[in-house]
Amino acid sequence: MKKQKSMTEPIFNRFDLLSDEIVFLILDFLNDDPLDKKSFSLVCKSFHAIESRHRKILKPLRSEHLAKVLIRFPFISYLDLSLCPRITDSSLGVISGNLVEIDLSNATDLKDLAAASIAEAKNLEKLWLVRCKSITDIGIGCIAVGCRKLKLLSLKWCFGVGDLGVGLIAVKCKEIRSLDLSYLPITNKCLLQVLELQHLEDLVLEGCFGIDDDSLTALKQGCTSLETLDMSSCQNVSHVGLSSLTSAAGCLRHLSLSYGSRVDLALADSLQKLSLLQSIKLDGSQVTCSGLKAIGNWCASLTELSLSKCSGVTDEGLSSLVTKRVDLRKLDVTCCRTITCASVAHITNSCTSLTSLRMESCTTVSAEAFVLIGQRCQFLEELDLTENNIDDEGLKSISRCSQLASLKLGICPNITDKGLIHIGICCSKLKELDLYRSAGITDLSILAIARGCTVIETINIAYCKNITDRSLVSLSKCSKLNTLESRGCPLITSFGLSAVAMGCKQLTKLDIKNCQNIDDTGMIPLAHFSQNLRQINLSYTSVTDVGLLSLASVSCLQIMTVLHLEGLTPSGLAAALLACGGLTKVKLQASFKALLPPTIIEHLESRGCVFQWRDKVFQTDRLRSKILETTVGRGGMKQFHDMV
Amino acid sequence: MDSKDKICEDTWIKSSSSHESCEPPGNQPLTSFDSLQQKWEGSSSLDYGTTFDEQFSYFNQPSETQSSLARKVIDQNQISGQHDNQMSEARPLYKIEDWDPRAMLNNLSLLEKKIHQLRDMVHLIVGQREQVMDRPDQLLVHQQQLITADLTSIIVQLISTAGSLLPSDNHTVSSSSAISPHVQFGGVTNPTGVFPNFGIPNINNVNKVNLSNQTDLTSYHGAEQNCSVEDHELKSEDDVDESENLPPGSYEILQLEKEEILAPHTHFCTICGKGFKRDANLRMHMRGHGDEYKTPAALAKPNKESSSESILIKRYSCPYVGCKRNKDHKKFQPLKTILCVKNHYKRTHCDKTYTCSRCNAKKFSVLADLKTHEKHCGRDKWLCSCGTTFSRKDKLFGHIALFQGHTPAIPSDGSSDRGQSSEATKVGQMDFDFESRAPSESAFQNAMDIKVSGDDPTSFSQLNFDTSSVSRFHEFPRPPFEDAGGSFSFLLSGACGYLPKNGRYSNPNDME
Repeated sequence: MKKQKSMTEPIFNRFDLLSDEIVFLILDFLNDDPLDKKSFSLVCKSFHAIESRHRKILKPLRSEHLAKVLIRFPFISYLDLSLCPRITDSSLGVISGNLVEIDLSNATDLKDLAAASIAEAKNLEKLWLVRCKSITDIGIGCIAVGCRKLKLLSLKWCFGVGDLGVGLIAVKCKEIRSLDLSYLPITNKCLLQVLELQHLEDLVLEGCFGIDDDSLTALKQGCTSLETLDMSSCQNVSHVGLSSLTSAAGCLRHLSLSYGSRVDLALADSLQKLSLLQSIKLDGSQVTCSGLKAIGNWCASLTELSLSKCSGVTDEGLSSLVTKRVDLRKLDVTCCRTITCASVAHITNSCTSLTSLRMESCTTVSAEAFVLIGQRCQFLEELDLTENNIDDEGLKSISRCSQLASLKLGICPNITDKGLIHIGICCSKLKELDLYRSAGITDLSILAIARGCTVIETINIAYCKNITDRSLVSLSKCSKLNTLESRGCPLITSFGLSAVAMGCKQLTKLDIKNCQNIDDTGMIPLAHFSQNLRQINLSYTSVTDVGLLSLASVSCLQIMTVLHLEGLTPSGLAAALLACGGLTKVKLQASFKALLPPTIIEHLESRGCVFQWRDKVFQTDRLRSKILETTVGRGGMKQFHDMV
Repeated sequence: MDSKDKICEDTWIKSSSSHESCEPPGNQPLTSFDSLQQKWEGSSSLDYGTTFDEQFSYFNQPSETQSSLARKVIDQNQISGQHDNQMSEARPLYKIEDWDPRAMLNNLSLLEKKIHQLRDMVHLIVGQREQVMDRPDQLLVHQQQLITADLTSIIVQLISTAGSLLPSDNHTVSSSSAISPHVQFGGVTNPTGVFPNFGIPNINNVNKVNLSNQTDLTSYHGAEQNCSVEDHELKSEDDVDESENLPPGSYEILQLEKEEILAPHTHFCTICGKGFKRDANLRMHMRGHGDEYKTPAALAKPNKESSSESILIKRYSCPYVGCKRNKDHKKFQPLKTILCVKNHYKRTHCDKTYTCSRCNAKKFSVLADLKTHEKHCGRDKWLCSCGTTFSRKDKLFGHIALFQGHTPAIPSDGSSDRGQSSEATKVGQMDFDFESRAPSESAFQNAMDIKVSGDDPTSFSQLNFDTSSVSRFHEFPRPPFEDAGGSFSFLLSGACGYLPKNGRYSNPNDME
């Protein structure tokens, strides 16, 4: 922004010599910070006008002024309203024919009338209606008739849409390439119509319980264009239906059968005809050794395999599969707790071109296995080692994977600075680092990471008790950082937070729960500098009314968790809630429910804010560790994370 | 009424117990049923029923039934609290009253009347024959059958009248044998000519009585009565009939005349003259007239053997010349049953006299059709942008899939906010009573609209035609519309063009 100003001020009209197209090209490069374009448009009238004509994508946080905004940006083709709380039918009356893509996900209040407005966008090619629960067949019928050019349609969780609506889509929108029908109450009736679509490439039928073998066996031909099929959680589809489907859809490249029927020899045999199959997802299924062996035999072009949370994955089955499929690029064996170092040895031996290996909670794999990973799989870009026995030796070895972009080392108690410093030095492309509860980590590691991995975007240092402000100060140099989780770091103070706020302008998600030394002096710079902040967790900090109220100047703030703030008064909270106009979700202590004026709660809810009242007793850290110990047995750090 | 019922019941129990002859099993429910039926007769057909009673109580007087009926009447008259012992005393009394010259006179005059009517009918047939000479022989046969049947009934009545002079011992035999052919006759043909005055002035009343009787009967008679189908079910039967592919000649074609088709009843009680739609109902009714009608033989479905004898399947022709259901039509498609004939004739060739009170638009000629419509009227209206309504959603979607450019119109949602759902609500409402409603009101006046939706649409329909509202309509700017073909599409486009704006700006809540 400053650059622009300095250039425009001395010779005022020089930009007039440039054609719009050239300025558009320049603007195309202003993508890093959404505020950059805003600054550009504020320079002068002609810049404002150029920027108005340049903008193609609009992703507003509020829908109130949509009509005016659409007038200002006449060439918007992609409208994403998924972040807007409470979009009403009437706010969509302004939709114009220029729009090519509309995302209305999470607009749960939308009714058929809104769908009728969408149908006015005759050139629409992509439409997401995820979780639009109030739209029915009638509304979808309007869209089917109006938007004949639709290529992508997502109706996930649109519970009001059934066979008739989907059937009409299949009849009217012949251009459809991608169709998401997850969790719809549809049956075999419309599926046959859908599968007759000439260009259908991507079909998601996750959780469609109404679909069973009968319809699939009725399928004789067609769907030759189908490349991606997701039949996760289709409980009523067995290998019988699948084999008839695979014989009809011979071009399938991606197949998901997660949480479905047992993966045995019969099911694996039905995949035999899919010579082009590249990826299979079998998450959460029961897997037999023979099934895995057969998959290894049949699927010659397999590059991706997900066995996350599968039961029955053994060293024998997995080893035989990976030795046959040496081209594997991605492998997910999350929570396969019976595999050992032997499996890892086979994987690393044969699949040397792996780019992604996820093995969270493979607790029976010994430490030496991770040395093998580093030695043999040097193309790894993603590595999930959460809850594993990896030690510093392993980390040192893994640091050879110079392409590594995502590394998860949560709940790895055996790692220390010694290993992690290697990562910081070697993995310069690291974007995501998870050190959740890896308690051996200190400031030294973070210093090395911040210095070496300058493109880092997400870091989780939750419950790394030794982390101090020094870490945060060093992280403030990472300008791309957008997510910082530093729960339960008692040594962090407002000073460190201010440094991060000033340095990391992209910060959108901040979790400082249980950092008792952070108070209002940390909030004020945060409110001032982190204008992109969308989500914050302030529970168990020393923030008071003043700090919370200052956050109101962050216009993007949508999600806030405020539990157990000692210095918070009901009136202060009420003022802060009223001032933060864009809130969509607020987690509060249940005791506040009675203390807040009901009119304020009503008002906020009408603005689209959802309240979650929590009635938790104050937990000390020791209690937390105890809970951790009891839940670790279940594996899956996420589950624990959600619980706490 | 109550006391009367009780008496009837008492009478029945006693009289039936006095007859040691074959009683139908399950006597108790039967009697209670009888009293019920008795009640129906008494309550709703009282006005004309009494006159019939007068006429017909003498009709078959010699029979035991008659006597028991008379006994009943006398019971009712004489009763004053001591009816317990009265029965035994009363019995000899009837013997004396058995022969009543006045009754004889009455019967004779009635017979005379019937003969006259029969003569008229023959006249009519003669006239018809002159008009249409090329009628097939089957009609002739049919007419002959009709006349012979009527004649038989007259003869039977004559005999029975004469029989009253014979000694009473023979009564039971003679009466049962005398009456059964009459009943049969009623089952085969329609005695319009015989009892022309029955029920016709009071159709509705009679229908009601019979309906209730039917329901009673169907529940009672269950398996035996496969012929007693509800009228609206027959509609589908009528349709199914279309697909039936009988080779011509493999069935016998019967054709009823218009008058016969439109007659409310086909089966009449020979004693009291009450009309019934079904023979089974009549048989049930007959039990009220005496013990002899309670025998399994009397209650059994008559003609079973004779009907099985006839190998030829019976099919029916519509008397309306030129109708596809008329046997002279090139692509003649016969009707399966008499009820099919009745429904077909009423639906196709009669005025639609029943109007739906809710929408004031739909008219029907068969009452059952109206009732079926009323069940759905106003609800579940699935509306297409072209103005066509559907009672079923899948039909609407089938329609939309078939035609280019047709869109489902969003139905009015009672729960939704008026201001928000402006356009669709209007469209839905417009359609709902578009026939009777002026366009101006629903389209341009929000305030009025709310009233309309609150009120009964029928009460509003006429109001909106007043000129003031129509003239107000012209004050509003009207957007141009391409298709002003049908009046309805014109209304729609007018409303749609204007209202979204209206809805948007008049709703401050949304702008907040």
